[in-house]
Parts: sequence; C-alpha cells; structure tokens
Amino acid sequence: MSAYTPEEKVKLARNPERPGTADFIQALFTDFFEQRGDRLCREDASILGGIARFHGRPVTIVGHRKGKNLEENLTCNFGMPGPEGYRKAQRLMKQAEKFGRPIITFIDTPGAYPGKEAEERGQGEAIARCLALMSSLTVPTIAVVTGEGSSGGALALGVANRVLMLEHAVYSVLSPEGFASILWKDSSRSGEACAVMKLTAQDLRRGGIVQGVLREPEGGAHTDWEATFRTVDAALRKELAALDKLSPRVLVQQRYQMFRAMGRDLPAAGEEEA
Amino acid sequence: MNQFFARRRDRLLTYQAMREGKVAAGRRVACRNCGAESSALDWNRSDQVCPKCGWHAPIGAYYRLSLILDPGTFQELDEKLQPANPLGFPGYPAKLRATQEETGLNDAVVTALGSIEGHRAVFGVMDSRFIMASMGTAVGEKVTRAAEYAQRHKLPLILFAASGGARMQEGIFSLMQMAKTAAAIQRFQEKGGLYISCLTHPTTGGVTASFASLGDIMLAEPGALIGFAGPRVIEQTIGEKLPEGFQRAEYLLDHGFLDQIVPRSQWRQVLSQLLALHEKGGRT
Repeated sequence: MSAYTPEEKVKLARNPERPGTADFIQALFTDFFEQRGDRLCREDASILGGIARFHGRPVTIVGHRKGKNLEENLTCNFGMPGPEGYRKAQRLMKQAEKFGRPIITFIDTPGAYPGKEAEERGQGEAIARCLALMSSLTVPTIAVVTGEGSSGGALALGVANRVLMLEHAVYSVLSPEGFASILWKDSSRSGEACAVMKLTAQDLRRGGIVQGVLREPEGGAHTDWEATFRTVDAALRKELAALDKLSPRVLVQQRYQMFRAMGRDLPAAGEEEA
Repeated sequence: MNQFFARRRDRLLTYQAMREGKVAAGRRVACRNCGAESSALDWNRSDQVCPKCGWHAPIGAYYRLSLILDPGTFQELDEKLQPANPLGFPGYPAKLRATQEETGLNDAVVTALGSIEGHRAVFGVMDSRFIMASMGTAVGEKVTRAAEYAQRHKLPLILFAASGGARMQEGIFSLMQMAKTAAAIQRFQEKGGLYISCLTHPTTGGVTASFASLGDIMLAEPGALIGFAGPRVIEQTIGEKLPEGFQRAEYLLDHGFLDQIVPRSQWRQVLSQLLALHEKGGRT
C-alpha cells in the first residue's frame, strides 16, 4: 500500500493538521447537539460528544478532542481525558442505548491523563467501566481510529462492533516513547519501538484487531480533508447498514466474540512456542 | 479415590507454596519497607507481613492460595496454558522460559477451583514475580476463562490482582486483554454472578483499568499501591512530588474506591463471610 515506515506513520498520525473529531462531526453529520459534563464532578473538554444526524438518522458521537491551537490544546488537555471524560462518555452511551441510537466513536489520544486528580477520582475505574459498558451495549457501535490511539485511554472508546482505522493512523498499547521507556529505560529509542510494536493499521488488520483500513489521500489525511471525509462517510454508511441487520442480542454477541477471540489461541504445554 | 486426589492436590499446593513462600530457617529477613530485620520464623508466622511495621510483602500465587483455601480443595484450572509471542517480539520467548524456570509458573496468574470454609468459588491469583505480573494474552485468557467457568458453574469469582500493567512485549494484544476481561466480567455480573476483587501490592495500569476495578465488592491489602498511572510517571507529568500515602489502599478507601481494607491474616474470615452472605437469596 504505502511506503511509509511505522515511525513515519506515527508522525503522520500526530500531524496537527489532520482532521480531528470536531472536524469529522462538522463534515459528516448534521444537527450536532453537544452534550457536556459527567453529572458527577465536572466537564472534561478532551472528550467531545453529543447527538447528531448521520444521513438523516439520529446517532450519538463520542470522540477524543485535542484542539486546534494552543489555547484549545490546553482546554482539551491535548486530548488526554481524565475520569470525568470517560464518565461523560459512559453517560452519553447509556443514553444512546436508551433511545436506540447507534454510537460512533473517534479515537485520537496520546493516552489517558496521568495526573494527581485523575488518580484521585479513579482514572482506572472510569476506563474499566467504559470497557464493560461498551461490551454490553445493545445498539450498533463503530469506532474509527483517526490519529494516534494510545493505551487504555484509547481503548476506552474502542470496544465496538467494528473498529476501523485510517490508513496512516496508529493504535498501540502505549506511545512508542512510553514503550521504549518501560522496556529499555530510554524513551529516545522510540523509533526502534515503532518498528517492533506492530502499531500500523495494516499490521492490526492482519492481527484481527481492526476490521477495516480506510484509504487516505496521497500524502496523508491532512492534505485533502474532503477526500478523507468521503472515505470515512462511505465506510460508516456501509458498516452501519450491515449492523442494522443484527438484533440487539446478536450485536452484543458479535462484539463479545470479536474481542474474546483476541489472544485466545494459546499453546498448551509441550507445543512449540510461536 | 476422590480422597486420594484431594490429598495429592493438597501436597502439590503445599509443595509449590513452600517453594515460593518459605524463608530458610535461621536466615534473617530485612523488611523492604522499614528495613527492620526479623527472624525467618517470625516472618513466616506472620505470612510475610513485617512483624515490626505491618508491611504486606508481595507473595507468590500458590503461597497465597495455600493461605486462604480449605486444605484439599485446591484444583488448578488451565494449568497447562502457555504464553505466546503474538508480535514475534525478539528475545521474549527466552525471557518467558527463564522466568518460568525461576518461578515455577507458566505466566503471571494461577486460576483454581477451591473452597473457603466449605464455600466453593473460582479463584485467580496474580504473581508479581512473573514479569511484574504484567497482563499479556495468557493472563487475559486465564482470567476470562475463570469468569466463564464461574458463570457456567454458577460459582462466585474471587480475583487477587497485582500487576505492573500491560505486557509490553505483547503490544496491542496485551491492550486488548483489558477489553476481553472487562467484557467477560460484565457478562458474568449481568447473569447475577458475584465477583470479589482483592487488590494487592502493586496493582497498576491496564489491570486496574479493567477487571480489577469491576468487583461487586472491592477489597485491598493494607499499604497496597493501587492506581492507573505509576507514581513516577505522574511526578514527571505534573512536576511535583506526590504526597505521602498517595495511591495507597488507605487513600483509595478515603476516596471511595474500596469497600474495606483486609489484613492478610483475615482474608479467609472476610471472604467466607461474604460468600455466605451471597449464598441464599442471591441469584448465583
């Protein structure tokens, strides 16, 4: 497909000129009504969500928001949510389920915020609840990794019936810097980390982690937003049409089986290691 | 015949527990928390809780099981399940083999069927000697199978968590174990299953952010470090020192994330009380 190395893809995925959740909402949906706050503690702008219409039908949208300039970056904490963001996401998703709306999520985050207040208010619990809730939703859910999807902070919006990725987006257990820092105690070896982490859309498609890779324009999504929007729009329509045919029970079943299968085939003692 | 197997299983558990638990007699043990030295006898008598400061040292999975289960009831589940190398990560199989030899474990969790004061349950115990008890596909798979087994047999599920987070060498497959285990726990709980989550030192990262935080009942050992991000990462991020006791079990209790803190000597009593309270009238 493309000649980019994994390291180059990480740079592309982080390009600030790439369309983000707010841009996708504006381009692909109409009638967007933003919903704020977790009803417990505060509003977390690093998660953007609300109700909108997708080709006429109401859907719920939840995504990471990094912001487009320094001021917005600071308000959105560079797309690193705290527990309030994940609890807002849960609130919106439960509401979507109540009203039978499909849910579309956009994933683009360096990870959940490792801060003092975030820990105090249960960052781990908030992410865990997101995973458990998403796994049990009776409405169709589609996640699109649009930029960088790092760690549990990304996965919290990613337990969907279909997980799609833009061609140059990356999705990984941790940022390459964090990975190198943990394994080799040296975050400057992140380039090396990119090479072994298998974080590209193509690798993840082969590994059965994502179900679709969405073509980006020549040079990356930031070079031609309209083309990117057309591709994502078409993919969402197609996947939603397929999921519409499934009953609530089957939706839950299909999603469970999909994640259940990840890392299931392990050798018993005596067999050769992979 | 059953009696024979029960005795054999019991001997095996005792053997494995001794292998990882006991400190050679005559040696003195320095507490990693307060530095005070105690005799091996005192150290073992207190189940490896420092007799001077009360520090609950991390202990092996079999050793912990031997402390809480009724004698003769231990029956290991999926004991042959081996870890894999899904990314083909260089050097990982060798590291696994070396750690397996050193610890006598296949990977970082032991799951088993057992009883506490006659109450049957499915148990899972993580062991931080195995690559910091990080969660790779083997840990995720065994925890998931334990939840599914508990659901099939209508038994309560008791998991002792301890983890440094995700198993880096298994990359995205490690991350996906968070989704897999959380989904399995959710299913089990929706069907009325009782899940008691017991957090031990240290429980961090992807394990905190998945199955370990989802217990119907949330318990922890005194002084256990529990959090999503590790203290070093937080200090680097915010550029300040964290207060004394931050992310410790007592701190989590104050902030509303635990039901109770349970000293090591009281696990049997507390778990047996909880299992009994859920036996009648509950849907399991």
